[in-house]
Amino acid sequence: MAVIRDVMPAFELLQPASIADALELLDRHGPSAWVLAGGLDSFDWLKDRIKRPSVVVDLSGLAEMKGVRPRGEGLEIGAMTTLTDVVRHPMVQQRFSILNQAAEAAASPQIRNQGTIGGNVSQDTRCWYYRAGWSCYRAGGNICYADTPQAINREHAILGADRCVAVSPSDTAPALVALDAEMVIRSKAGERVVPAEDYFIGPGTDITRMNVLRTGELLIAIRIPGTWAGATFYFEKVADRNVWDFPLVNVASAMVLSGNTVQRMRIAVNGVAARPLRLVAVENAMRGKARTDDALAAAGELAIQGAVPLQFNAYKVPLLRNLVKRAIRGAEGT
Amino acid sequence: MADGTLVGASYVPADHVAKVTGRAKYAEDFRAEGMLFAKLLLSPMPHARVRNIDASAALAMPGVKAILTASDVPDQNGAEKALTNEPFYAGEPILAVAAVDELTAAEAIEKIQVDLEPLPFVIDPLESLRPGAPNARLDGNVWSAPRPPAPGGGPPAPAARETVKWTQEDFASAGEGQLPMGRALEEWSFGDLDAAFKASALTLDETFVVQSTGHHPMETRSAMAYWQNGKVYLHGSTQSVAFTQGIIAGWLGIPPSDVVLICEYTGGGFGSKGAGAVSMAIPALLSKKANAPVMMRISREEESYIGRARTNMSGRAKVAFSKEGRILGLDLFIVQDSGAYGPMGDFRSGGNAASLIYQPAAMRMRAINVITNTPPRSQQRSPGPMQANGIMEPILTKAAKQLGLDQVALRRLNSPEGKALYGPPLPNGQRRHITSAFVKDALDRGAEAFKWNERKARSGQRRGSKVRGVGVTVGPHGAGSIGWDSIMTIRPDGKLYVQSGVGNLGTHSVMDLARVAADVLAMPWDKVEVVWGNTSKSLPWTCLSVGSQTTHAMTRANHAGAMDAKRKLQQIAAMDLGGSPDDYELGGERVHRRGSPGGGLTYAQAARRAIQLGGAFDGHAVPDDVNPMTKTSAAALAGLGLMGVAKDTYPRDGDTYSFVIGFAEVEVDVETGKVSLVDFLAVGDVGRVINPRSLMAQLNGGSCLGIAHALCQKWVIDPQYGLTLARRFHYNKPLTILDVPANMEAMALDMPDPETPVGARGVGEPPVGAGYGAVMNAIADAVGTDVFRRAPVTADIVLMSLEHGKRMHEPLRAHL
Repeated sequence: MAVIRDVMPAFELLQPASIADALELLDRHGPSAWVLAGGLDSFDWLKDRIKRPSVVVDLSGLAEMKGVRPRGEGLEIGAMTTLTDVVRHPMVQQRFSILNQAAEAAASPQIRNQGTIGGNVSQDTRCWYYRAGWSCYRAGGNICYADTPQAINREHAILGADRCVAVSPSDTAPALVALDAEMVIRSKAGERVVPAEDYFIGPGTDITRMNVLRTGELLIAIRIPGTWAGATFYFEKVADRNVWDFPLVNVASAMVLSGNTVQRMRIAVNGVAARPLRLVAVENAMRGKARTDDALAAAGELAIQGAVPLQFNAYKVPLLRNLVKRAIRGAEGT
Repeated sequence: MADGTLVGASYVPADHVAKVTGRAKYAEDFRAEGMLFAKLLLSPMPHARVRNIDASAALAMPGVKAILTASDVPDQNGAEKALTNEPFYAGEPILAVAAVDELTAAEAIEKIQVDLEPLPFVIDPLESLRPGAPNARLDGNVWSAPRPPAPGGGPPAPAARETVKWTQEDFASAGEGQLPMGRALEEWSFGDLDAAFKASALTLDETFVVQSTGHHPMETRSAMAYWQNGKVYLHGSTQSVAFTQGIIAGWLGIPPSDVVLICEYTGGGFGSKGAGAVSMAIPALLSKKANAPVMMRISREEESYIGRARTNMSGRAKVAFSKEGRILGLDLFIVQDSGAYGPMGDFRSGGNAASLIYQPAAMRMRAINVITNTPPRSQQRSPGPMQANGIMEPILTKAAKQLGLDQVALRRLNSPEGKALYGPPLPNGQRRHITSAFVKDALDRGAEAFKWNERKARSGQRRGSKVRGVGVTVGPHGAGSIGWDSIMTIRPDGKLYVQSGVGNLGTHSVMDLARVAADVLAMPWDKVEVVWGNTSKSLPWTCLSVGSQTTHAMTRANHAGAMDAKRKLQQIAAMDLGGSPDDYELGGERVHRRGSPGGGLTYAQAARRAIQLGGAFDGHAVPDDVNPMTKTSAAALAGLGLMGVAKDTYPRDGDTYSFVIGFAEVEVDVETGKVSLVDFLAVGDVGRVINPRSLMAQLNGGSCLGIAHALCQKWVIDPQYGLTLARRFHYNKPLTILDVPANMEAMALDMPDPETPVGARGVGEPPVGAGYGAVMNAIADAVGTDVFRRAPVTADIVLMSLEHGKRMHEPLRAHL
């Protein structure tokens, strides 16, 4: 059978009007259903005829899943809220600016108008071998094409690789991990709430998935606690282009400072592993420490411990180290 | 020179509203009754032979109407066909299916069994030259040097292939990171190179890898075709309307008169659609087979394979400098990757460009032109000169640093001036020369406008993690051909109709060039109708819109045609009103006696008289020297009014080249390696300005393509499997609007070229090398002249070099 790409095959499009209806449909159709949020990730898969669902459940009509709402001292963001709406929301800007920056760093203005925060955190990896439909580990095969002697793997993982060396491409994910966000997941059977840190999974846990969502489950909302509201934040993304690009590495940190001393902090990075990594060792090392050059250097070294570069991505080691230092030190010159 | 008011003034071309409102119809916007849709089956292997095709299951599907295979496509005398039974690259079309809709066609493709015999393949041109390495073609791995033309003329022999393998010693002796230099198949030289190196104060020997990039115009090469009364009507996308008609005829094996090409709008080409696209043959032939109109929409995925790409080059240059910075000698060696088809001659224009803009006192040029199993190349905006800028500029920047010279001063010292010599020696020992160059003026003007000295003073200084640098580059390109035709008529409605065979590829030249005619004829612009975009509309023999030649070529042709019309107006006036033709001048839409405006004949009256008089006046007789296409078109228009029709026979001493100087300032974050372009200025030495706004767009747009090559754009092919990895925009990384400064600056000298009546030269291409070189030079100025020797210069390359104190990037491998 010959292969043809970039022509979307036919499928049954289901457009539920309520979360309950959506969950009912997902339950009914099981693994043959594909969940469609903004479509930026989905349409690539569908047009390339690599994922061939018979049913697509389109969440775009679910008003309950859209919008940013106050919740206690924090926020609840519907998973179908567009990245643009996250960026523009005053509470996000004022209290959790790290998320504002991360969401604005994603993709391009046009994509952010259509792409959702739920989709941004739940999207699949962009490994160009996997996305081209090659039969790799992640696709159910028995090889990683990105980890052969001649493979071109500049964008791939330096940490947490397990057969597969793909990375998570999300810009909002490390910000949500740094903010200690919670992911609200619902299925017909009920609701569970998972810390953002645990929402994302690496190949060692399940090589075919990037997150804990099971068949029949939907990410309904993301909750951001008030814990870090108004903290000292830092977000930076390094990419080849200034817009419309996935991160080579990104970093997000939230710190409570006393003078130059770090009272407490959370820090997460992405683009270096199959899931965003919270750097607990860095957080612990900096707790109660002044942000001296020595402390920053030590934090940077802790961040890259265990890093194993591939042929073309050794730069991610110093890049990660430097970004972590910078995320603690603050913006240039401060 | 035309003395009117239109040339040199900005205006809004007639097609702008349609373009910005979406009303403009591109090839895939057309529909015809009963139209089918085609989809392609692409080779999954980089080199294979089709043993068998079983399409029975596909053809049995309801809605599937026809299948087209390579055997249905006329032979092209060994050149690329639209479909093949021996794919030379992964993604090459093997067959096409026509069905009632695209979905059905795609499903039909999936039901076809193609039995392929895998053949040896090679992706990297250097790998192909290693002893024992596979050849990309069964009959060779390199293109032979062109054979000298047979004495007494005759058609040129088709390009030949041969097998060249370098020795292990060639590879071993290259030096770390340096390009091996085995046997070259093309070589030329002038001057005493040995003496140059002996006399040099500084000799540098460096290797640079210039990447390949897909052209990726926004409009893919979609096409729709149907047949009527034995003629094929083809809606396609091409840079050059008139010239493409005959090319399509060749692909289809029919006479040009049986081809009607409609292309009013082209969504970009950048050299990939010079004369349409060979894939246009597919809907045309499928339509004949299915006896129905066929639309073939090319997807972005398909465009990644069949959409053409720049030739990548690995170049090694050994350069001898005097202590003043003068280039005494240049020894240049280029390994060019022509891809699966070709042969491409970019390395020749690259060598010529290097000889021109650096004016070495002695030079040797050697090259080998390698075939690889990678998607086909075509000329991409500044094909060759941009690559030469990439290979040479790191060396000039390093030399200026080592000799303690200013970067602008070094380029100025070595820049061409006036009728500068360039290229290889001719059989008579002389070298060719150009028509004019005002590069020194452009460097001076640009350095002042860019505040070069101020910016230079702060380069290299670190602020926080950021360090700035400045760079300058002279981008050259050939900028004009001669000898084309024009046709125009002044009709009884008093209007001037200018037939334009130029493509509407985004440069505005399709309209701009008519303004030359309007100026000669003193015709207000609102009385000018440009007729364009359709080969059935009686177009003159027109140059290809490639090689930055159109503005030069067709201002000349339109000037000649307008002068012919003017003469006829004067003759008619003299005939009817007495006196001699020279007693009459044009003004107020009249031909009148000198000093008597308002008298004489109106243009409408003169047009009617021309029709009464017939013969040459209304196009029933045309000059002998015009092309047969022009004769046919003139015959079709004869009798409609007073006709101006002529071939450009204006003299020209030299070959026409244009120059653009790029000035760039960058800021490099040494903790991340990320480069930001802070400011950019392009200064054009491009002759007289025809349309200032369009010119600025060309200067900025062309610079952007070069900046893209410096910062981010690439393509990527896995060498083990021979498959393209960078298939989508976000993998290819063309430049975005946020990667350039909000206020890119551009200016032009507006100094007329002395060898053409209107003074205009082309502009499309020279900004590309200017952008490429200037940005890379600025990076080197900021972080060090040895930080990189390949492009694009991405954060990983910069950061690793700074981290390790030496280059860590792959020195020679292509397609990363």
